[in-house]
Amino acid sequence: MKKKNIKNKKILLSHGSGGVAMSTLIKEMMIDKFDNPVLNKLTDSAGLPPSGNKQLCFTTDSYVINPVFFPGGDIGSLAVNGTVNDLSVMGAKPLYISCSLIIEEGLDMDILDKITTSMEKASKKANVQIVTGDTKVVEKGNADKIFINTAGIGILQKNIVLSKNNIQIGDKILINGEIGAHGLAVMSERENFKTNIKSDCSPLWDLIETMLSAGGIKFMRDPTRGGVATVLCEIAEQSGFGIQIKEETLPIHDNVSSFSEILGLDPLYIANEGKVVAVVAKDKASSILINMQKHPLGKESSIIGEISEENMRRVVLETIIGGKRIIDRLVGDQLPRIC
Amino acid sequence: MKYIIEYRNKDLSHKIANRINDLLKGYKGKISLMEVCGTHTHSIFHSGIMSLLSKEIEHLSGPGCPVCVTPNKYIDTAIAYSRLGDTIITTFGDMIKVPGSTSSLEKEKASGGTVRIIYSPLESLEIAKNNPGKKIVFLGVGFETTAPLVASTILSAAEENISNFFVLSGHKLIPPAMTALLESKEIKIDGFICPGHVSAIIGEKPYFPIVENFGIPCVIIGFEPIDLLEGIEMLIKQITVKKKPSVENQYKRVVRREGNEKALALIDKVFDVKDSPWRGLGLLSKSGLSIKKAYTKFDAEKNIECEIEKTKEHPECLCGEVLCGTKRPYDCTLFAKTCSPENPVGPCMVSSEGTCSAYYKFKK
Amino acid sequence: MCLAIPMKLISIEGNKGVVELSGVKKEISLNLLNNVEIGDYLIIHAGFAIEKLNEEEANKTLAIWEEIATLQKQ
Repeated sequence: MKKKNIKNKKILLSHGSGGVAMSTLIKEMMIDKFDNPVLNKLTDSAGLPPSGNKQLCFTTDSYVINPVFFPGGDIGSLAVNGTVNDLSVMGAKPLYISCSLIIEEGLDMDILDKITTSMEKASKKANVQIVTGDTKVVEKGNADKIFINTAGIGILQKNIVLSKNNIQIGDKILINGEIGAHGLAVMSERENFKTNIKSDCSPLWDLIETMLSAGGIKFMRDPTRGGVATVLCEIAEQSGFGIQIKEETLPIHDNVSSFSEILGLDPLYIANEGKVVAVVAKDKASSILINMQKHPLGKESSIIGEISEENMRRVVLETIIGGKRIIDRLVGDQLPRIC
Repeated sequence: MKYIIEYRNKDLSHKIANRINDLLKGYKGKISLMEVCGTHTHSIFHSGIMSLLSKEIEHLSGPGCPVCVTPNKYIDTAIAYSRLGDTIITTFGDMIKVPGSTSSLEKEKASGGTVRIIYSPLESLEIAKNNPGKKIVFLGVGFETTAPLVASTILSAAEENISNFFVLSGHKLIPPAMTALLESKEIKIDGFICPGHVSAIIGEKPYFPIVENFGIPCVIIGFEPIDLLEGIEMLIKQITVKKKPSVENQYKRVVRREGNEKALALIDKVFDVKDSPWRGLGLLSKSGLSIKKAYTKFDAEKNIECEIEKTKEHPECLCGEVLCGTKRPYDCTLFAKTCSPENPVGPCMVSSEGTCSAYYKFKK
Repeated sequence: MCLAIPMKLISIEGNKGVVELSGVKKEISLNLLNNVEIGDYLIIHAGFAIEKLNEEEANKTLAIWEEIATLQKQ
């Protein structure tokens, strides 16, 4: 394997933003080195080889968000729901979570109390137990208030195989509701705007279990960092097929649309924390959609596109006026712009 | 979203597109329309309007992105300031990834430089007040839309006696760039899509010499899909039907004929017009803004001493020519090899709507 | 370099105002304009109002389009 020249190079923020810079870093620094059949599948959670008659899924994620409290959630609820959802989109019922804290010296005890209370509430709502953990304190300046890592274990449901290999031309693409709220809720705290945008941070297993019961689900992903656009690009690249999306079918609330326009951002690339993108069989799409819309977390579900034999490996969006544009992966973070 | 959503009507878009295509039936040859505003580049791309129009219309992106036309020396200066332990650089997000001679603000941030992305220049004043021991340097880039804001911010700093706020002025003016492109005669431009919000400040008058001296139609156009289509229809009509070039205003709901006189007076109060270097166009006469003597104490260049590395242009980078439309990204030997969105050599690869970046997506 | 968007002015305090669009509110500077009133739609760029939207002009055009659309449906 050709070793890339890393002399004098530094880690940049764009290496953590969900775009191409991050996926390249992960590949070169970890995947190529750790190299094993489970890891190489690159799924949201790792499907472990059967253990007796159960197949486990295992995942981990770290949460470093700033500000730690934002409309609709906080770093605690995010840390629980994020890991719960990574298991859920694999078709694994989440059961147990670990909680590892790295706390900056000087953090108000009151803040820690609020965060762990929030984790307790979130875990009850998600029907999971936090069963183990670790706590470290680092000197002031060496962490940004608090970093949380959660790892999660779930049991893969019988006869559920969610894989990009299932995807076929004609399959429909669904999402369970409005996009862009989480990222903008966080940004509104940072940018000094007053909005009524709230994070959609929620546990998705209950909704996903309903979706799976109908059959016909081929593949799922939760569009967190990098947004729906990044997930669609990954699906297109990894399946080898094209994806066609209609802008008019994307559920976007006016306040999200407006705030994005003001800052020059595209909602398609903004993080969500309570959304699932599902690729489903064409003949099941309508019935799955109806079921989703009955669930509290799926009221605004929509069919947003389909798998296509045109423009293979690309995501093409039909714009609101019927024009066409290509949706590509971002390199790093989307930044507010004036131009 | 009042006064926004009405301009995104699908039926009306198709009607106007069909009218444009009808005008072109039987027209021999291509019509090249150039826009000189990065926001127009973004809007045209984002709305997908070109896919509704006949292939006879060629869309050219001109030197309208203020970040792209900023030469290496400006970025090197900003980088040098960021390396001083007592400075905080405040900048619009657009500037963060643009490469200078050997580094970028993004990279400097990773190496310990204090660089903050802000939404408004006024935030720099707040940062200055909250950090009395630091020098706050705002990167003043942007055309006539942004210059009055920066002028107003400098005046506020003067009023409030803020002594640790500075501006590194890189502001440039659009009409001289349009003239320079036409004088170079290197590319065929049949009409200008004139920038709507620059025009809100400067009005219609600055475009008259372009029509009078070069005979090129100029239409001031807004940014929504219907604005773009209406404006393009007006340009095509001038070219194919009226055959008499003029300055027209499609964006009447925002642009007044005389512009925003108060904003122009603010620019005049705080800035002098000077010759300015543009990436790709060289030094253009009376095309940039420098801070007047009366406000020298806010001028970063006059107050902050530091060594700036010798400016290096990558010998093979064709960003300048690409920005002016005289070369395509494929003509550049670095394109998609050494230069990619992950590792940009020049600014055209940085912005997601930069010409090289757009071509890079299509080449895959 | 023209990213700007129409927002409604909902309050004024000295040379600052608060504008609103779909529930998103921001304090902005009114230093570049004269004679603005609450209820005006202002074009907002990087925290400043750079122009007032001419509603009469906008509504005139919108009305023409509406009429054409109605006629064509008949």
